[in-house]
Amino acid sequence: MTAIPLLDIRDLTVEFQTRRGVVTAVQHVNLTIAKGETIGIVGESGSGKSVTSYAVMRILDRAGRIAEGAVMFTNIDVRQASEDDMRELRGREISMIFQNPRAALNPIRKVGRQIEDVLLEHVKAAPSEVTEKAIEILDQVRIARPRERYHAYPFELSGGMCQRVVIALALACRPQLLIADEPTTGLDVTTQKTVMELIVELTRARGMSTILITHDLGLAATYCDKVVVMEKGYVVETATARNIFTAPAHHYTRKLMRATPRPGASLRDLLPEEEAPASSAATVTKFPVADRKPLLVVEKLLKEYPRKGVGGMMSKFMRRGPAPEPKVFRAVDGISFAVNRGESVGLVGESGCGKSTTSTMVMRLIDKTDGTIMFDGEDIGEIPAKQFAKLPMRRRIQMVFQDPTDSLNPRFTAARAIADPILRLSDIRGSDAIRARCEELALQVGLPVELLDRFPHQLSGGQKARVGIARAIALKPDLIILDEPTAALDVSVQAVVLNLLQDLKESLGMSYLFVSHDLNVVRLLCDRVIVMKAGKIVEEGPTERVLFAPEAQYTRDLLAAIPHPTFEPEQADPARVAAGS
Amino acid sequence: MLTMFLKRMLMAVPSLIGVVIVTFLLTRALPGDPAAYFAGPAASQEAIEQIRAKLGLDKPLIVQFGNYVNDLAHGDLGNSLTTGQPVGKEIKSRLPASAELTLLGLIVSMLVAVPLGILAATRPGSLIDHACRVISTAGVSLPVFFTGLILVYVFYYLLGWAPAPLGRLDVFFSPPPQVTGFYLIDSLIAGNLELFWSSLKQLVLPATTLAIFSLAPIARMTRASMLAVLASDFVRTARASGLSPHMVIVTYAFRNAMIPVVTTLGMVFSFLLGANVLVEKVFAWPGIGSFAVEALIASDFAPLQGFVLTMAIMYVALNLIIDILYGLIDPRVRLEA
Amino acid sequence: MTDLAAASRPSSGLAALLRHSRYVIAENRVTGFAFGLFLLIVLAAVFGPYIVPHDPLASDTAAALKPPSMKHWFGTDQIGRDVFSRVVVATRLDFFIAVASVALVFLMGGLAGVAAGFFGGWTDRIVGRIADTIMAFPLFVLAMGIVAALGNTVQNIILATAIVNFPLYARVARAEANVRREAGFVQAARLSGNGEFRIVLAQVLPNIMPIMIVQMSLTMGYAILNAAGLSFIGLGVRPPTAEWGIMVAEGAAFMVSGEWWIAFFPGLALMIAVFCFNLLGDGLRDIVDPQRRT
Repeated sequence: MTAIPLLDIRDLTVEFQTRRGVVTAVQHVNLTIAKGETIGIVGESGSGKSVTSYAVMRILDRAGRIAEGAVMFTNIDVRQASEDDMRELRGREISMIFQNPRAALNPIRKVGRQIEDVLLEHVKAAPSEVTEKAIEILDQVRIARPRERYHAYPFELSGGMCQRVVIALALACRPQLLIADEPTTGLDVTTQKTVMELIVELTRARGMSTILITHDLGLAATYCDKVVVMEKGYVVETATARNIFTAPAHHYTRKLMRATPRPGASLRDLLPEEEAPASSAATVTKFPVADRKPLLVVEKLLKEYPRKGVGGMMSKFMRRGPAPEPKVFRAVDGISFAVNRGESVGLVGESGCGKSTTSTMVMRLIDKTDGTIMFDGEDIGEIPAKQFAKLPMRRRIQMVFQDPTDSLNPRFTAARAIADPILRLSDIRGSDAIRARCEELALQVGLPVELLDRFPHQLSGGQKARVGIARAIALKPDLIILDEPTAALDVSVQAVVLNLLQDLKESLGMSYLFVSHDLNVVRLLCDRVIVMKAGKIVEEGPTERVLFAPEAQYTRDLLAAIPHPTFEPEQADPARVAAGS
Repeated sequence: MLTMFLKRMLMAVPSLIGVVIVTFLLTRALPGDPAAYFAGPAASQEAIEQIRAKLGLDKPLIVQFGNYVNDLAHGDLGNSLTTGQPVGKEIKSRLPASAELTLLGLIVSMLVAVPLGILAATRPGSLIDHACRVISTAGVSLPVFFTGLILVYVFYYLLGWAPAPLGRLDVFFSPPPQVTGFYLIDSLIAGNLELFWSSLKQLVLPATTLAIFSLAPIARMTRASMLAVLASDFVRTARASGLSPHMVIVTYAFRNAMIPVVTTLGMVFSFLLGANVLVEKVFAWPGIGSFAVEALIASDFAPLQGFVLTMAIMYVALNLIIDILYGLIDPRVRLEA
Repeated sequence: MTDLAAASRPSSGLAALLRHSRYVIAENRVTGFAFGLFLLIVLAAVFGPYIVPHDPLASDTAAALKPPSMKHWFGTDQIGRDVFSRVVVATRLDFFIAVASVALVFLMGGLAGVAAGFFGGWTDRIVGRIADTIMAFPLFVLAMGIVAALGNTVQNIILATAIVNFPLYARVARAEANVRREAGFVQAARLSGNGEFRIVLAQVLPNIMPIMIVQMSLTMGYAILNAAGLSFIGLGVRPPTAEWGIMVAEGAAFMVSGEWWIAFFPGLALMIAVFCFNLLGDGLRDIVDPQRRT
């Protein structure tokens, strides 16, 4: 049956006027969506995936314009339509939900009223019944106690609830097409799953078409019928989810597939085919298992924060809800663990579980409330954080930060940033010797030496990450703590950086404490895994055991929440076939 | 809600305490002999000693401070040398003149600046946008007394449209019966339209001067705030939901944009209260600003001290009102207690 | 640190800044214009007294109240002094007051603010209290009070202006330092063995300086207006000193009777100077914004 597609994008080209001239963000893109279909648009940063959807709704920035091509929504020419017509379409026929749900809501307006605004605008309810309708919609997106929550302001709701409200806004007028632009990025993995399932359930129930825009190929393959892969403004491949996942045709898609951390793949498998070394056998570790003495031993570590005071007697009389929580907040609640020499231990959990606080205490950047931190036999927990910086022991524990941009001083060149620990804590003196050491480190991390004199804003994300790593290994530390070091990087860059980290660990004989929320990444890099929740350790053990046969329910929930497409990828993965494993 | 009010009022107390302490120190920090200052340049040694005893300047500082606060609580701000009258009484009678002028200037300024800022933000790159930017930058560069003088020269001397800058009323009129002290309001209450027009005519130039002065920071802040809000995520959501431009700009953008503008008002008031003094000098306006300036010329110290204190207390009160207003507009502030 | 600065290429430091400034000025003519005007003012301040046609203090009652002419470009005032000469000579005094006040408030307020923002705790509380107390007053009124209490001198005008601007500087510096306090690169600096003070001076301050410089330029304008305002009501500068504010005060009465030039030209000079500093401040903000660097 050749029905008119719901959305037909033909040869779409979008340009932006920037200070440096015209930039073409989207080039000759072709895309069709049928009624009731769900397609995923997958790409890394700069691929043009979001801009395409903005063009469909014609909410491009002032500097942007559709230069060529056509966008037909049923039989409406979006490019030619008047602004009034477009406003009719938006919210009523085509809706969009965005990343960062709390920021997407008006902070000073009750959420119920915001839903009403959309209903009234598109005349989907009479003023007398619109409040009831809004409450009903809040109920449909599974917000508990919708009548109460109608009166809530966005800052009173959690991230997951805010996203539900945003979904409610988008679906209030029962549009035909929903565009979801990275709707789950930034949410915890368990929340991600519930939000995605809600979106799928609601859209399928109403026979809606959906465009899911994401950088996560696994997410797209799990929830979409068709997948479109974009690179640098072009569509490189369009195929069903199954074909994309099991038999990707274009080499960029294959590169993305390979780079995505997944069960059964090793670190080497993440790299593009051309770069994978001939043998994919597991690399030899420097320290045989027998030599793995404990390097870091943490016992009953506790960190409490005083809660913000909730005023004395006055507030007791004026209180609206139930009694306030206790006066202290336990970020880390008496945990014990160890990291052995040459080992790589993963510390995983969702946001607020205490993993970052733990790692910051081990780094001696903040002080503990109670417990011991022993490093190579010495009690470093007793030394106040402020004094630790000047001790020789500082050299032996270093850190790679999550946000490469934030962790580099914008006014220092890369060379100066890498040289900082050398200047302060090593014995190397003299500008030549220091420069030589910087170049040596740059080579080790794969940073071209010419880039050493650049400033952070002149470097790419991956290059900045390498600078951060070079700085961390400059003093040949024994233990490096890595706090989500690849979270801010594109998946292909992540593959390279993870391999680099593994190689460095081996050649320099370091131990890693790898803090992450991404279980697939942890699986690749870590020998042991510790799972945390609400300040306590829920489970720990060898990676293979914990991730294949978890004992704790929470670990099982975490694993189940990772999107995994359900068509037998294990047998038909060409990447693994090519690697010969 | 009540908690918020009380909390805000409590926060104003330390400011008041600080103000009282600083004004006390200022008067005691005079180089030379404070008693001589208060007695005036023409006083005899005997008179100076009398003043010294009266002011308690021979007692320890703590006792002096206690006396000072005690006097303040009773509204005793000392006496003016030139008029012999209690300073408190003079200030009270002159306050409405300054208040009427400042409030009118502020209202006019906001009526022009806020729409200007909004239009400039919603039509970037247009003529209005450029005009707004030029006015903002030029406006903060104009010395307020200079603007006043230019206005007088052009509209009174050259064009003859405005009356002579000789005070609140033309010499032929006498003030309306005192209800609020604001001539505009009182004349309307008394039903005297001629008086109303005369007061208005006298007010035009000085109020315009103050309005021009405060126009720039308000327009600038409104424009900047509006631009920031229009680029925010929730406005994008509103647009993507197809809400009408009126809804987006007024209900979604404007209300959020006004929050920083309200907080800027505090700073604008600070400038206005200072500019008030200068404008009153240019237009011979019988308010508390000119009261202080006249006292300065005559080296009459008590009125100056009373003036600084009064202005500061008024400013603390104004800031309190702004704080409360801010709490009313922004639920995040209101509900966090 | 100096070891490495010598070793790296001049893509950092003064050379790059100058290159970038030239690029921005070429793009943005308004900023270039402001720069030019600024240089003009500096020249007038430095060389003014040596090149004026008449002695600014010489009075000639016979030639009093003459409108602008070829002999007296800006006319003469009520005791026959050449207005043009006085306006040019006054540049030095007003500029000096502006620069001195701004330097003083930068030292006091800037450093106090950085310490408060970075170290928090008692430093923050004390600086906050001081700033709040000052801000409880309408600023010009407080300046009036200070100058009246301490005496009518130029030094006291400078001091009063500095005190009155302290809260603004402290607040800007504090906010900037606070943002950077927990930034990744500050944490990294601690890991590299830097002590807290070294971090503030060597790592945080260079990041804050650009914003402080913008603020300083804007405050120069305000400082001049403040000084002129004080002189206008008789505080600070005393006759027969040539200062723009006091010249406007002296000429004010004559405005009403038509001799506009006595107050007009000094007022115009005031306006131009302040306008120039404000434009400069806006332009500087563009130059030092690191995202704009290529």
